[in-house]
Amino acid sequence: MIFVVPDVLLLALLLATAFAVARLRNLVAVVMLLGLYSLLMALVWVVLDAVDVAFTEAAVGAGITTILMLSGVALTGREEKPRKHRRFSWASLAIVLATGAALIYATSDMPRLGDPNAPIHRHVAPRYIEDSPREIGIPNVITSVLASYRGYDTLGETVVVFTAGVSVLVLLGTSARRREDEE
Amino acid sequence: MNEFIVLRVVTKALTPFILLFGLYVQTHGDFGPGGGFQAGVIFASAFILYGLVFGIGVLRRVFPARLLLLLAGLGVLIYAGVGIVTMFMGGNYLEYAALASDPAFGNHIGIWLVELGVGMTVSSVMVTIFVTFADFKAATGRSR
Repeated sequence: MIFVVPDVLLLALLLATAFAVARLRNLVAVVMLLGLYSLLMALVWVVLDAVDVAFTEAAVGAGITTILMLSGVALTGREEKPRKHRRFSWASLAIVLATGAALIYATSDMPRLGDPNAPIHRHVAPRYIEDSPREIGIPNVITSVLASYRGYDTLGETVVVFTAGVSVLVLLGTSARRREDEE
Repeated sequence: MNEFIVLRVVTKALTPFILLFGLYVQTHGDFGPGGGFQAGVIFASAFILYGLVFGIGVLRRVFPARLLLLLAGLGVLIYAGVGIVTMFMGGNYLEYAALASDPAFGNHIGIWLVELGVGMTVSSVMVTIFVTFADFKAATGRSR
């Protein structure tokens, strides 16, 4: 039973952070809390034995995203604009509660966490685990999956990152370029 | 941030270690957690930290905009190019086994190159976004 305590604590912290993010109006504080949320999420991934995902979450979510969002906030404004109609709506609350209840109800049909007979562990995962040492020959199966078995996806992701960089340059790069030309 | 001596000293001391860690994650992705994506982000964060403390101008001198864009494009080109090379060597697109007579060794080379491409694109795009944002703010002087 004692093993459950850190998990419950982590989830409670996640919930508290998410609630604070939704309520706060100061965007700098929101960005900081989102970084904290990512760091907590990285801990959840570690608890779930997904160290590769945890590493990515910590480096990307808590690290670089925070600084890029802060630069974005510096460009736009620190305070969220006050909404004109901010009133309590029973209909919204009912929809949220119904969706939440449906999701919790659906978890009863899910296989137990780490169940070896769960569909996700019976599909292609056994093949990767059994054949990748012979086919790919590197110890980290996750890298084998990402770079080799799912090489097309990773190529697509790299192109997405490249496109993001080009888009930022196209949208915001002109002012900087003009200044460089003047110098 | 010229007046914060602690920040300046700590940044100067930390930067080489962050870069080294980025290289470690880049080349060690086959054996432990990590890979090109994480390595690119860590590598970029070292430069962004340096730029934050010592000014964007320093960052600009190390990485002119054109060089960053070149590196970002080159990364994608390396990744896509490995696929073309495997096709010329008799395999399918991105079938790394065709790169060497020993399929496992071919896979090793292919994954290493592909991860290098990912790392280059990710790190240069991250630095580009940060520098462009900072330059835009400096050029327009817009702040509220």
